[in-house]
Amino acid sequence: MGEVIVITSGKGGVGKTTTTANLGTGLAKLNKKVVLVDTDIGLRNLDVVLGLENRIVYTLVDVVEGNCKLKQALIKDKKYENLFLLPAAQTRDKTSVTPEQMKKLTEELKTEFDYVILDCPAGIEQGFKNAIAGADRALVVTTPEVSAVRDADRIIGLLEANEIKNPQLVVNRLRPDMIKRGDMMSADDVVDILAVELIGQVPDDENIVVATNNGEPLVGDNSLAGQAYMNICRRVTGEAVPFLDLDARKGLFSWFKKK
Amino acid sequence: MKITDIFKKKSSSDVAKDRLKLVLVSDRASCSPEIMQKIRSDIIEVLSKYAEIDMDGIDINFTQMDTEEGSGKTVPALYANIPIKNMNHNVKK
Repeated sequence: MGEVIVITSGKGGVGKTTTTANLGTGLAKLNKKVVLVDTDIGLRNLDVVLGLENRIVYTLVDVVEGNCKLKQALIKDKKYENLFLLPAAQTRDKTSVTPEQMKKLTEELKTEFDYVILDCPAGIEQGFKNAIAGADRALVVTTPEVSAVRDADRIIGLLEANEIKNPQLVVNRLRPDMIKRGDMMSADDVVDILAVELIGQVPDDENIVVATNNGEPLVGDNSLAGQAYMNICRRVTGEAVPFLDLDARKGLFSWFKKK
Repeated sequence: MKITDIFKKKSSSDVAKDRLKLVLVSDRASCSPEIMQKIRSDIIEVLSKYAEIDMDGIDINFTQMDTEEGSGKTVPALYANIPIKNMNHNVKK
């Protein structure tokens, strides 16, 4: 029996979809059988981030409404045999699906896959309620900005009210140079405020933009963000992985300067 | 701490932390700004019966308070700082 993980944030644009794509691809690299579900009906994006936009025939709504079998709607990844996407419908809205239907769907996917990862839409309305309905576990993505942290706190409260205990935090788009100057909260500062467990700190990395342009998640490559995402994947599987020193390159630079 | 630190401006990340901590206390207490305003005006109304209040110096807000020493758990608490200009000794009955 697999595990259902929802990736959520409250605020939009903090990196939920990027995190979902990298988490899924990374877990597939670790030889897990993974399905990614885009629950952002009407504003689907996980397909383009994964580079699978041209292969969509059926969607999540088609499955729920019985227009096709679940297997027909699952799209196999270009690179990984054991990674699948269940895309959202683009021409419908969040009310096309109910939390009960989502719960049933995730129960079914759980029997087939090691990890069912749900990309949650922004907000706290129906789309959010649908996405968390069948979740066993939640990763909350935030950036070190007051607006994103405030929304994350609200989401954590709502998750706990819905019996999804101990959500884990991903702090995204960290800039070590700004943190050092005292112009950005660090991951520890955010953890201190939100009082939840940290599962990942991802640096603000240009390579993310390039990876999204190409439709190929960068998890596991040599970039700092690629390493950070791979570490999150390992931690999700239960491995204890120390946190990256995001300032590693700066460190080398200052070493040269000193000489 | 160096002497020069005293004159140094607070870093913007510290400002962010302090502001967040305050805003989250009222968010978590699920107290809307309207309710906060009502609490404020009700407190002022009651106190005005007994004393003349310095309206400019009033500071009423939510904060976080430890439940027990060292337990690490906190609860929302209301703090009020209300400067009094004059005690009103002829309290209306």
